[in-house]
Amino acid sequence: MIDKVVENADKAVRDIPENATLMLGGFGLCGIPENCIQALLRKGVTGLTCISNNAGVDDFGIGLMLKSRQVKKMISSYVGENEEFERQLLSGELEVDLVPQGTLAERIRAGGAGIPAFYTPAGFGTEVAHGKEVREYFGKMYLLENWLKADFSLVKAWKGDTTGNLIYKGTARNFNPMMAAAGKITIAEVEELVPAGELDPNAIHTPGIYVQRIFQGKNYEKRIEQRTVKK
Amino acid sequence: MALDKIGIAKRIAQEIKTGTYINLGIGIPTLVANYIPENIHVVLQSENGLLGIGEFPTEEDVDADLINAGKQTVTMRAGSSLFHSAESFGMIRGGHVDLTILGAMEVSENGDIANWKIPGKMVKGMGGAMDLVASADNIIVAMQHKSRDGESKLLKRCTLPITGLKCVNKIITDLAVLDVLPEGGFRLVERAPGVTAEEIKNSTAGKLVIEGDIPEMKI
Repeated sequence: MIDKVVENADKAVRDIPENATLMLGGFGLCGIPENCIQALLRKGVTGLTCISNNAGVDDFGIGLMLKSRQVKKMISSYVGENEEFERQLLSGELEVDLVPQGTLAERIRAGGAGIPAFYTPAGFGTEVAHGKEVREYFGKMYLLENWLKADFSLVKAWKGDTTGNLIYKGTARNFNPMMAAAGKITIAEVEELVPAGELDPNAIHTPGIYVQRIFQGKNYEKRIEQRTVKK
Repeated sequence: MALDKIGIAKRIAQEIKTGTYINLGIGIPTLVANYIPENIHVVLQSENGLLGIGEFPTEEDVDADLINAGKQTVTMRAGSSLFHSAESFGMIRGGHVDLTILGAMEVSENGDIANWKIPGKMVKGMGGAMDLVASADNIIVAMQHKSRDGESKLLKRCTLPITGLKCVNKIITDLAVLDVLPEGGFRLVERAPGVTAEEIKNSTAGKLVIEGDIPEMKI
């Protein structure tokens, strides 16, 4: 049996080099790799291109890596709620590539599935279409979009086993499964790491083949952006 | 009198048919869920990977791993399902979601929508809006008829950066219900209570088509 377990987040991210392209799972602050982000802050690696649906908030998630000037470029669909992001973008310290959310998800999926490009209707007639091939199919216009891949994908799951099989919880799944498949090296952090054989194979969301390293995460804060309760 | 946001949400709720799958955008569209009658059974889709959004949780039931696209904590209805973002947009792009309701800054008389970017202001990103408007067959826009500066938001052509072309079917504002005609133009369908067709005409910069007597909305 292949054992992919590493001791902790620091060991998992040990060889992420300067200027690497990373994918980080999560939607808002839901399902983000909190432990790996902390380890990257400790490691201090810079010049990173981060592919992530959002860019965190000022004091949590990718926002922390922005504050420490480790990020060169963000590829995201929505980057609001982050003043430091705005400041760096306006001052030219940070590049940003905004991608429609479904296109972003599908580009990542395509990267993991070996499909170099595909046509999608999203963004036709908008500034997203600039410089892209446009083609008509069945009377509707589509844009050609390329796959996305990463040197390292950092994903967060609820449960995982020693061979890298993953199960996510609730809407914390979001971009994590596609990113797991699109990373050359995928690092999974999990709330509960169990021996191989303990997870029901019928319930696995991400098969272990996509995961190169897995570790038991700790001290999850799971911050909520908009705590909304019934009156 | 012009409707308030809740009035707009209540009028939109009347458009909702039983047995449908619906994506609600942030703002007024989110409020619509509160006014769907009990005998109308729908499933609400959240593009971050949930079909079957329920009401907001009690304090004890708050779960950080269960949020809607506005990042608010939610619950799941009986019969819910969870999926990843590529699948979520697959069901949107694939035409499986019956109705999309979203807000807008501008709509043009040929159904173009602008709702993601204001030049000179910080760009936050389009999120899922471009995917939704490019894919859905049935799009209702919920918005104020005029901007805070008193400018019409129903235009001949959008002036702000476009989110999608020729995609809006119906617009429900604080003043009126309007259909976008296939040949171009806004057809006035209903007036807000006490609002005259003349007032609506004066508040609509794009081509407005008024045929016969226009009934008042029943809220």
